[in-house]
Amino acid sequence: MSDSSNPRPSPPRSSSQREPEARRPWQRLIIAFESPGPRRALQATIVLLLIVMPWISSQYTTVILTNALLYVVLCLGLNIVVGYAGLLDLGYAAFFAVGAYTVGILTQQFGVNFWVAIPFALVAAAIAGIIIGGPTLRLRSDYLAIVTLGFGEIVRFTARNLEITGGASGLSHIPEPSLFGWRIDSAIDFYYVFVVLAILAYVASQRLFDSRLGRAWLYVRHDEDAAEAMGINRVRIKLAAYVIGAIFGAIGGIFFSVNLGAISPESFSFQQSVLILLAVVLGGMGKIPGVILGAFIVVLGPELLREFDTLRLLIFAVLLLAIMLFRPSGIWPEKRA
Amino acid sequence: MLLRLQQVALSFAGNTVLHDVDFGVEPGRIQSLIGPNGAGKTSMFNVITGFYRPQRGDITFDGERLVRQEPHRVTQMGIARTFQNVRLFREMSVLENVMAGQHCRSRAGALSAILRLPSQRAEEQRILETSLACLDFVGLLEHRDRLATNLAYGHQRRVEIARALATEPRLLLLDEPAAGLNSGEKQSLIGLIRRIRDERGVSVLLIEHDMSLVMNVSERISVLDHGRLIAEGAPQAVQNYPRVIEAYLGQDDEELTW
Ligand SMILES: Nc1ncnc2c1ncn2[C@@H]1O[C@H](COP(=O)(O)OP(=O)(O)O)[C@@H](O)[C@H]1O
Ligand SMILES: [Mg+2]
Repeated sequence: MSDSSNPRPSPPRSSSQREPEARRPWQRLIIAFESPGPRRALQATIVLLLIVMPWISSQYTTVILTNALLYVVLCLGLNIVVGYAGLLDLGYAAFFAVGAYTVGILTQQFGVNFWVAIPFALVAAAIAGIIIGGPTLRLRSDYLAIVTLGFGEIVRFTARNLEITGGASGLSHIPEPSLFGWRIDSAIDFYYVFVVLAILAYVASQRLFDSRLGRAWLYVRHDEDAAEAMGINRVRIKLAAYVIGAIFGAIGGIFFSVNLGAISPESFSFQQSVLILLAVVLGGMGKIPGVILGAFIVVLGPELLREFDTLRLLIFAVLLLAIMLFRPSGIWPEKRA
Repeated sequence: MLLRLQQVALSFAGNTVLHDVDFGVEPGRIQSLIGPNGAGKTSMFNVITGFYRPQRGDITFDGERLVRQEPHRVTQMGIARTFQNVRLFREMSVLENVMAGQHCRSRAGALSAILRLPSQRAEEQRILETSLACLDFVGLLEHRDRLATNLAYGHQRRVEIARALATEPRLLLLDEPAAGLNSGEKQSLIGLIRRIRDERGVSVLLIEHDMSLVMNVSERISVLDHGRLIAEGAPQAVQNYPRVIEAYLGQDDEELTW
């Protein structure tokens, strides 16, 4: 509480004072699309585009887009933790790993049906979220960054050194799932699976943010004391964000593992966590369309720059830096003025 | 007694802020806590609402023990507060700010939100209606969609009161609600405080420096000085206690004159 000193409040501010509105044409365009009608139209167009994409592009493009859609799921999950609840998480790939490994181990080593394995993976991720979040969420956010970083590394390290996880070479021959007789095995099949997952992640995010829980994340992020004074249990609310984020990550991991059919500890490295975080920050923390855009940029960017060969990552890094410099709160414009 | 403090002692690193304070608020009262700057008034609010943990003493609210409860529990139990320095959620609309108060009176979780269960939608509707009613109560309904921090200062204070009312409290603690208000705004604040008690049945305890406001609105006044309660009683009586006059004369603050 910083409320003990007694500074006199500043003089009344004029009520006509308003912050300047975003006026650039493209910002206006985007803001226009936030109103219900155009927004529905835009959503429908994007879904249609996603559906026809594999038929008008190469198999290679389909694979890259699948990866981008995986990132959409992961980024929307991390966005709940970082963007909404304001908790720094440098080890998000750990939850991705928990989902992937739980399904990998259960299906490949114990012959459990893929769909039966999913709830186990989700519960495992939720438990991991509680174990890591429970004791640390009372701490200041800088400690949280360190703890999550350590957690990410511990999970990877454990996966590397256990026999059941296949050690450094990981698990391979993870069986492909089938659904009502439809064998999900081709690149296009998995592409469509990830289209569905990304849409579900989008809808779930949107609905969460329009709910009591979503508002509570914002309140706690803005002012923990004021939120507590409103009867909001800040530790519990943060834990909820953490666990829900973990479950999003696990869902990504579950389908990632069956898509590739093989996983290894290096798929869940610190760089992976950083890349997901980068996409969220780049798109604009807490802004769902921005975060989705960020996910696409992070995956497609290096691909589009492929012709520059070895320089491409450097160019990509410089572009990202430039964006960060000129739009520190992300590329997506603020909704309100 | 609705709220009762018994022998509450609070200190920070050897600096005693509250000395074995005995204090109470009766149901249905409008009561004031006055005293010079640094007397420990805000600290007392913080002890009641769980932000500070007293070293000794007992606090009960409507018979339930309050001491060492977390702030959110205290609010759930029916005590709401405002802050001496307005603490609205910046970058959120006035309505969203007020909706914060309804959090502890609702329960839908993540799953029912994702599935948009009928119960969740009905609850959201109720949150919205209650919050709008609270905004209307403080006379700010037309400002519902504006950013809270873009409002005039006096309006921001009212939003804070609306937000506190949205927790559906039985006792409302106001920490210097008139600070920074002009005389017209102070006048309507007096009306608002009365209506909170009369129309909503909420007991009010306020910390305030503006003596004419305190004398006007309070039914009972307690005086805190250097962490000790030095006087208590009806406004006219308290005004004439020698110890109160002494405590205030020792203070060189023009705002503290009667
Ligand atoms: N968190 C804190 N840490 C240390 N000292 C504090 C703290 N809060 C209040 N105090 C001290 O307690 C005393 C009373 O402060 P306060 O309760 O704000 O007085 P009032 O509201 O009556 O003006 C002051 O001396 C202040 O410095
Ligand atoms: Mg004070």
